[in-house]
Amino acid sequence: MMVVIPKGYEKAKPGAMPDAKLVAEMSKYNESLQKAGVLLSMEGLHPPSMGARVSFAGGKPKVTDGPFTESKEVIGGFWIIQVKSKAEAIEWAKRCPMPDDEIVEVRQVAEFEDFPEDVQKAASNEPALRAQLEKKAKKR
Amino acid sequence: MSVGDPATHRAIEAVWRIESARIVAGLARMTRDVGLAEELAQEALVAALEKWPESGVPDKPGAWLMAAAKNRALDHYRHRKMAETKHEEIASEAEEGFMPDFDANLEDDIGDDLLRLIFTACHPVLSTEARAALTLKLLCGLATHEIARAFLVPEPTIAQRIVRAKRTLAEARVPFEVPRGDELAARLASVLEVIYLVFNEGYSATAGEDWIRPGLCEDALRLGRILAELAPHEPEVLGLLALMEIQASRLRARTSPSGEPILLMDQDRSRWDQLLVRRGLAALERAESLGGALGPYALQAAIAACHARAHVPAETDWKRIVALYDALAQLMPSPVVELNRAVAVAMAFGPSEGLALVDALTSETALRGYHLLPSVRGDLLEKLGRLDEARGEFERAAALTRNAREIRLLLDRAAALRSGLRVVK
Repeated sequence: MMVVIPKGYEKAKPGAMPDAKLVAEMSKYNESLQKAGVLLSMEGLHPPSMGARVSFAGGKPKVTDGPFTESKEVIGGFWIIQVKSKAEAIEWAKRCPMPDDEIVEVRQVAEFEDFPEDVQKAASNEPALRAQLEKKAKKR
Repeated sequence: MSVGDPATHRAIEAVWRIESARIVAGLARMTRDVGLAEELAQEALVAALEKWPESGVPDKPGAWLMAAAKNRALDHYRHRKMAETKHEEIASEAEEGFMPDFDANLEDDIGDDLLRLIFTACHPVLSTEARAALTLKLLCGLATHEIARAFLVPEPTIAQRIVRAKRTLAEARVPFEVPRGDELAARLASVLEVIYLVFNEGYSATAGEDWIRPGLCEDALRLGRILAELAPHEPEVLGLLALMEIQASRLRARTSPSGEPILLMDQDRSRWDQLLVRRGLAALERAESLGGALGPYALQAAIAACHARAHVPAETDWKRIVALYDALAQLMPSPVVELNRAVAVAMAFGPSEGLALVDALTSETALRGYHLLPSVRGDLLEKLGRLDEARGEFERAAALTRNAREIRLLLDRAAALRSGLRVVK
């Protein structure tokens, strides 16, 4: 996964959009990912000023509306790409047409197999869920 | 090759994976010689492996590699011209005068060049094996040793296969072009066959310890996705892509932690990759929206989609699957399709209906030696409570397959029947 961290996005006004020139360059880049057969999915995110945070101080949820001026780096969007190696993801990230001082962070999507066995077991509510769905299917 | 800097080395490999097909395709257009184009590209790679560890990876690595390859091409043609001048009398006018246009803008129709390269590498004049090896080399940028490892074949065998394939293409004077008109359908079928063969080689390894070699699946998927971008109006291209996306969505669910195969109906469906499922269903929808009757790949994708849409096995629309197999059997009559259809019939209408169809197939010579026939028969017999017969079929199936893990799975089922325990499903 490649995550974009646009400069100053933590302070961006609701509805703030990148300028048309950057969007044009970005579409060209997206197209290159698509044509190379590596792009699985991508999304752009509205600024935090349009979002909200649920924090859990003392274990209780507390809602704060955006913007969150104390944060330094916020996510502006992401691409999910399928590549052979971290080096290849980095190579694609280097080609991203980013304005001065902005960041593209490369992260690996965690696979089930990456977790130890006890965590894998905890992550799988499968038998119960399956029994439930089977029952439902049979009723039909 | 510098071994001092693994990070640069990895970066070069990554650049190569991204750029090599475009470079080979561009050079092939200029030189009209795919074999030569591949050699020139390889020389550029060697130059990068020599230079980049010291100079660092250039800002535009693709352009650097292309420039290096063009320089070598110029050298090549100068040498050839000199040699021809020496043998003035035998050099033909046309040959002597040929100097490719290395300044033509490569980016103009790189897409067309890639398409031409795919059609050339998958040309029917080559054996299927040769097509697969050449495609992985030219389009996926795999090194010979990687292809050899993927197919569990000694490296010199693959090297030979590629050399011969290039020679065959040159001798047959295969033009570097996208076929048109009547020829297109057959040539496209040849391309799709190669991509699906690579996928299947990864998806269900025919021999050896590993049941799945996901690297090959990824390569095939990438090719399928590239092709779908280049030929978005070909329903079978989209059909094959849909089929591979949906099958790949199950990769993680197909083996147990210890590497044992898990059959479709026993898989933990929560582990199917829903992103790939969605991509597969979307590709199938696009194939269907192009109109006309579905081709063999789109039909297989539609069958896979029936499974993908079912959250639990009991939700599977087996009647629709039977209908899709009916259509597939008409289009592509084959005992293997009939066997699959029999399984669907058993699920939709009961094991005895399925068994009748399977029994009719036991005399098929094409299925003699095909382990899935006794394996399916065993499964149906077991469901009907004919346990002794079932055990014999599982043992027979185990003797017919070369995949070590599959053998174990089949023998386990047979052993469970012998001990009077039925494998509870």
